[in-house]
Amino acid sequence: MNRVIKNFMKYRFLLVELVKKDIKLKYRKSVLGILWTLLEPILTTIVLYVVFSQLKSNEDNFAVYILTGRLLYTFFANSTKACVKSIRTNGSMIKKVYVPKYIYPLSSVLSNYITFLISLIVLVGTCAIFRLWPTKYILASIFPLVIILIMSFGFGLLLAAYAVFFRDLEYLWSVVLMMIMYASAIFYDVDKLIKGSKNAWVFRYNPLYAVIVNFRDAVYGRPIEKFYLAYSFLVAIVSLVLGIYVFYKKQDEFILNI
Amino acid sequence: MSKTVLKVEDVSMRFNLSSEKVDDLKDYVIKLIKRELNFQEFWALQNVSFELQKGDRLGILGFNGAGKSTLLKVIAGVLKPTQGKVTTQGKIVPLLELGAGFDKQYTGAENIYLYGAMLGYSKEFINEKYDEIVEFSELKDFIDVPVKNYSSGMRSRLGFSIATVVEPEILILDEVLSVGDEKFKKKSEAKIKSMFDKGVTVLFVSHNLKQVQDLCNKAILLEKGKIISQGSIEEVSEAYGEKLNR
Repeated sequence: MNRVIKNFMKYRFLLVELVKKDIKLKYRKSVLGILWTLLEPILTTIVLYVVFSQLKSNEDNFAVYILTGRLLYTFFANSTKACVKSIRTNGSMIKKVYVPKYIYPLSSVLSNYITFLISLIVLVGTCAIFRLWPTKYILASIFPLVIILIMSFGFGLLLAAYAVFFRDLEYLWSVVLMMIMYASAIFYDVDKLIKGSKNAWVFRYNPLYAVIVNFRDAVYGRPIEKFYLAYSFLVAIVSLVLGIYVFYKKQDEFILNI
Repeated sequence: MSKTVLKVEDVSMRFNLSSEKVDDLKDYVIKLIKRELNFQEFWALQNVSFELQKGDRLGILGFNGAGKSTLLKVIAGVLKPTQGKVTTQGKIVPLLELGAGFDKQYTGAENIYLYGAMLGYSKEFINEKYDEIVEFSELKDFIDVPVKNYSSGMRSRLGFSIATVVEPEILILDEVLSVGDEKFKKKSEAKIKSMFDKGVTVLFVSHNLKQVQDLCNKAILLEKGKIISQGSIEEVSEAYGEKLNR
């Protein structure tokens, strides 16, 4: 354990550099640069709002409803997708210099988290426009925000490790992500759509939906739902432990497969 | 008694060579069902042991496929040996394929920090040595240009300058260094010579017996992953010569 921490301290500058690189290169050569972090969620929310306002429920502030779900989902999708590729894209380096390998998926998740946090500005702005003012419950938003970070890293480690051996995991994962998206109620209201339906369990056991519900409640000023909080926390911890275990077991074989 | 900086103890490295490369799930499942997942074991290194003291310069000789590069990778920590243990003391600098870790979209200046971080340097250290690196590489006018626009010579010049800015305890050289033009080659050779004078420990891989004889005081000869001769450079090059003429 001690050795792991010491090693991490030695390479923390590399972690910072990799995170910086991800963010810098993402927007280099685009005219609006980092502004895209804000513009992209605004534009897609407008599209979804226009398309899905037909299904609008008793939920007020439908734009806020969409945005909370979409921002969290996009972070999860982008960071795990980056993790799937992280070992392969850095393959040439891994073959030449010793670097702790978890640093590649970790930097992918962190750089996406930073752009995600920046894009929360859009949410603040939208709430202000619709006069949805924060209450004391907003403090509880810290739980879903931390849980989704842990969960993304846990899933990311698992995916990164297996993607080295099975290249098609990349394509498979984007299909799974699409399923997760539809099962996360980003642009429709669960109660209205499938109330009493026997398919309601899909939402109840989708950890990402749990995180989104907790986050929405915090933003809308409602007390946090304990079941979803406990469940998403459990999934996050299990995925992290499993991810670390698998990654450490497999990492010495990476080099033979990239 | 000088101190031991590198200890290779009974190192073996096994590769599983699958008869066909299986790297997607579909192939894997099909092969699994048809029971065609045969792996062929291949030992790239077998029970390799040696020790180096500070200031030793070891030549690693052997024909193609003898396991020389595998041995270097194990020592550099890139490959984990199947059996055995490698203990090193101090900083290892591998001068292999210089500049391979650069990000092509990044400028030279940004790559100095990125590559330096990969080699385990701290931020303060790179800040301090930044000017020295730029000056040595002679790329002052191009330092804010993305590396994708560099020539391969420029790239390896930058890589060499970053890698050699530290004072390593162990230096790993694979084949001859041909960095850039004649002028820079002289300069880089002088730099390596000056490291020798400071008592760096060197691992040198080459097919060129003469170069090894010029550079090294000790040598090992590998064949099919095993050490078949080890000792002073004279003894080993004699054994190598015999192999060559047979």
